[in-house]
Amino acid sequence: MIYLRLFINFFKTGLFTVGGGLATLPFLYEMSDATHWFSHGDIADMIAISESTPGAIGINMATYAGFKTGGIPGGFVATVGLAAPSIIIILIISRFLARFRTNPYVEKAFYGLRAASIAMITAAGLNVARIALVDIPAFQETGSVTDLVLWKAVLLAIAVFLFMKKFKTHPIVVLAASACVGILFRFGGV
Amino acid sequence: MKELLELYLEFMKIGAVNFGGGYAMLPLLERELVTEKKWVTTEDLLDYFAIGQCTPGVIALNVSTFIGNKRKGTLGGVVASLGFLSIPILIILVIAMFLTNFADLPVVKNAFAGIRVCVCVLIFQAVLRLWSKSIVDKVTLALYLVIFFLAAFGSLLPVKVPAAVLVICAGVFGVFFGKGGEKK
Repeated sequence: MIYLRLFINFFKTGLFTVGGGLATLPFLYEMSDATHWFSHGDIADMIAISESTPGAIGINMATYAGFKTGGIPGGFVATVGLAAPSIIIILIISRFLARFRTNPYVEKAFYGLRAASIAMITAAGLNVARIALVDIPAFQETGSVTDLVLWKAVLLAIAVFLFMKKFKTHPIVVLAASACVGILFRFGGV
Repeated sequence: MKELLELYLEFMKIGAVNFGGGYAMLPLLERELVTEKKWVTTEDLLDYFAIGQCTPGVIALNVSTFIGNKRKGTLGGVVASLGFLSIPILIILVIAMFLTNFADLPVVKNAFAGIRVCVCVLIFQAVLRLWSKSIVDKVTLALYLVIFFLAAFGSLLPVKVPAAVLVICAGVFGVFFGKGGEKK
């Protein structure tokens, strides 16, 4: 029963990948070796696709592997399998949280957690900036600062920043506009 | 039923534009769920993100489950999560069926290079906005700097500390040294 095997395999992956995103990768390589549902090359392709679509890599890989082995229903089954553990765990935590939210220790824990949360967000932003605004490989090759900074990207960043500040536009609109600018001015260099 | 449908559609919309990982979603969630729908507060969102970092699965999905559950209980949590997953599943199915070289298409590469620029500005603005809600004194500032350094430059260190460990340590630190408990 391929659907059940898909569900169980991706359920296990979903259960053990804490921190999301790239934490799924070692599990996917393992699954590829054990089941041959998809190749290592497929995983590499899926990383690229995940960077160019809204979904997270784990979710995308589940859909892709499920589709390749079990068609469209397989794609759904594998994805729900991957998501199920996290949904169940969050539902349990929510219940716990509702009961203990006003407990002083829990309050104090959140005092630390919020600082951590914002630090993680800053780090995530820096990671995106590292590929969006600068070209580190080009800089390492030539050693010239003019090659380090992606000027078009920096200009767009400043424009988006000022625009958002002034007009409080919905993020979706700004994202779509940035995609158009990217296409018009060949931000990807192709 | 109407509220469940609203939950489903709202998270379907969020799932459709969840570019650049969970944290990049924060500005969008803030706008949609705090400012417009008023379903949660910004503090709630930050708490969900912190918990999502320590539990299995994609953070953005964790946040969807949390908010769905807050609105309409267990069923709401499941509905919001499925809504969140809908568009990514459809996109990958279409790509798997028709577009084997999707990520290499020039128009896709250029569009996403543009989107990434926008995503970093959105994240940066979210940090500025949320700063006063989470960095309330010198202790939280120190905590912020240490965690930011370890999270951003951890790969340069001999041992990379997993993000979940950082967040759990921050929580434990808060229990011992935190000033929580007072009413907002």
